[in-house]
Amino acid sequence: MNEAIASQPQRNIVSRLWNDKETRSVIIQIIAFAAIFAFFFFMVRNAISNLESIGKDISLDFLSQPSSYDISQSLIEYSSRSTHFRAMIVGILNTLLVAVFGVILATLVGFLLGVLRLSKNWLTNKLAYVYIEYVRNVPVLLHILLLHGIIVHALPLPKNAINLGDTAFLTNRGFFIPSPSFEPLFWVVAGLFVAGIFFSIWFSRYAHKVQDATGRHYPVFWINLGAIIGIPVLAYFILGSPIIWEIPELKGFNYRGGMVVRPEFVALWIALSLYTAAFIGEIVRAGISAISWGQSEAAAALGLSRGRILNLVVIPQALRIIIPPLTSQYLNLTKNSSLAIAIGYMDIVATIGGVTLNQTGREMESMTIVLLLYLTFSLLISSFMNWYNKRIKLVER
Amino acid sequence: MRVTKSAAVAAALSLTAFTAQAATLEDVQARGELNCVVTTGVAGFAAPDENGRWEGFDVDFCRAVAAAVLGDGEKVKFIPTTGKTRFTVLNSGEGDILFRNTTETMSRDADLKLSFLPVNYYDGQGFMIRKELGVTSAKDLDGASVCIQTGTTTELNLADFFRINNISYEPVAIETNEEGITNYSGNRCDVYTTDASGLASTRAALDDPSAHIILPEIISKEPLGGAVRHGDDQWFDIGKWVVNALINAEELGITQANVEELASAAGDNPSINRMLGTESDMGAMVGLDAQWAVRAIKAVGNYGESFDRHIGPNTQIGLERGLNALWKDGGILYAAPIR
Repeated sequence: MNEAIASQPQRNIVSRLWNDKETRSVIIQIIAFAAIFAFFFFMVRNAISNLESIGKDISLDFLSQPSSYDISQSLIEYSSRSTHFRAMIVGILNTLLVAVFGVILATLVGFLLGVLRLSKNWLTNKLAYVYIEYVRNVPVLLHILLLHGIIVHALPLPKNAINLGDTAFLTNRGFFIPSPSFEPLFWVVAGLFVAGIFFSIWFSRYAHKVQDATGRHYPVFWINLGAIIGIPVLAYFILGSPIIWEIPELKGFNYRGGMVVRPEFVALWIALSLYTAAFIGEIVRAGISAISWGQSEAAAALGLSRGRILNLVVIPQALRIIIPPLTSQYLNLTKNSSLAIAIGYMDIVATIGGVTLNQTGREMESMTIVLLLYLTFSLLISSFMNWYNKRIKLVER
Repeated sequence: MRVTKSAAVAAALSLTAFTAQAATLEDVQARGELNCVVTTGVAGFAAPDENGRWEGFDVDFCRAVAAAVLGDGEKVKFIPTTGKTRFTVLNSGEGDILFRNTTETMSRDADLKLSFLPVNYYDGQGFMIRKELGVTSAKDLDGASVCIQTGTTTELNLADFFRINNISYEPVAIETNEEGITNYSGNRCDVYTTDASGLASTRAALDDPSAHIILPEIISKEPLGGAVRHGDDQWFDIGKWVVNALINAEELGITQANVEELASAAGDNPSINRMLGTESDMGAMVGLDAQWAVRAIKAVGNYGESFDRHIGPNTQIGLERGLNALWKDGGILYAAPIR
């Protein structure tokens, strides 16, 4: 580059630099970076000086103060005497709960929709098509409000609850189910369950090895199912059902005791899942369609069954195309869960970014915390999906 | 430390706008419009009518300040805010003054850096419940599902009340009043709770108001008032004395109808003369002219007139004066004298 510049001594240095494609791009980048930096510097200074001029400082001390408000759904011990920090943890867990359940359901429904969209059956195909187009073209907030409205209005009040065998009760205040309390013998069952998981991991590897060496094929799925589910279930009954169930009872306004799944959680979970599933369905369809038909034909020519063609040839290649956009959908679902406040589900935005913010007036700090939390979740999901994407990528030889 | 602070603030940039701190009066007069922070809609207190014109008890105080400062009660831009955004809007300078059924508390005054104007409505948190449930006292609410509008002091009072009485409840905290009412009328909750004035307003808007009762317990003190930012004492004084003027006007019998006549020449009552600027120029003390109070009263009437027009017994809202009667009528409304 220096040589090129030196070979044109007749032009001045600015135009020489500017006319050189690479230097020009560096200059533009420096200017752009400086402008962005200056902008943010100005904004931050402005914010700080404004806060100073009304005498507000930035401090996180409020997190250790008592929160003085209650939260209806909490996965950990929490009361109005807990700290704002603990309220935040409750919010984080509630967000994660709906995100994790949402991702699982959205993936299942999404893959199903994708496959249905590829179906040769006209009716199935069109039904999936109509569903996808309807769901993904309506804002997700409306889905959430609609679903919550349906649950609240369609289900009966606690005194007329839908009684499921005197143990579980469906009301518009929630789905009340018995909660377990474990006796010592139960831990034997739990131990067997964990052992079953380890066994099945070992067994899958062993079966693989045997197949590679001899071509013998074990029914791995059924054997593992028996080890993980069958044996613990058998043990549970042999040991005389070592769990005591606390059955919810109608007392006053509501059912007491047992566990409850709140309509807010259900509405948010289902709405987010079904909404995201519509997008995932299209991604899955695109991924599978992208695998040329010749591959399936070739696999069929080798004598593989239809199921095995899908499992061994089509899906592994389709996944490479599906995973990156799927990651975006998982991120969307997690972030969309912040709409929870509209129906009163106490997530991060409703706890630390809502009641805490309002009671302490620390909007700058609270919103920064909320922002960093979502950023962290999103980066974690991305890095996990990128790791998975690398793992399943086509091995090139 | 400076650097980490900057990084933290950068992340929350979007919350802060450019502010103009001192000399709010000059800013407002230069702009020719008062930016008044109100609710997104509480019938009787602040809500747009069918023509889109903001009406209500809180709105009247905005108009009175605009009339005193700008000479015209119509020169107000109303900024609707949720419980969560109101203080940010005020503190950032987007709003000049706030009248949004806002409870004065120590933390808001000292920590949020607000200066509260005199109380314009003495309120307290109450409960509304369906008559058919047969509940007559809030102490019988053990186990009830309670709908709350978040972003208020309500959550704290509620938690305190149930804790003191050692009874349980399920809080359903909802972002807006409208969604909260939808959930209450959809029977998601047994009880709806907010300030008693808000309950009356909410109840009036329900399909069948007579099917709901407001329980006798008032579980908190909610002195509602306007507020301005810390740091501009002149502007604070203007807000404070406009509110005091409206209350004093009722005490002195000055009404929207007779204010101009009383202000045309000095009368026998020195208190009236001082307030209406016929005997001395009180307005100059806060940077206004002598007619400031005349315009404010002309625009909205005195405290009692505004009360009766928007939330009094003859309106849909139907609130009694109660605590909000003048001190000489058995209430606790007692404004500092203008002299």
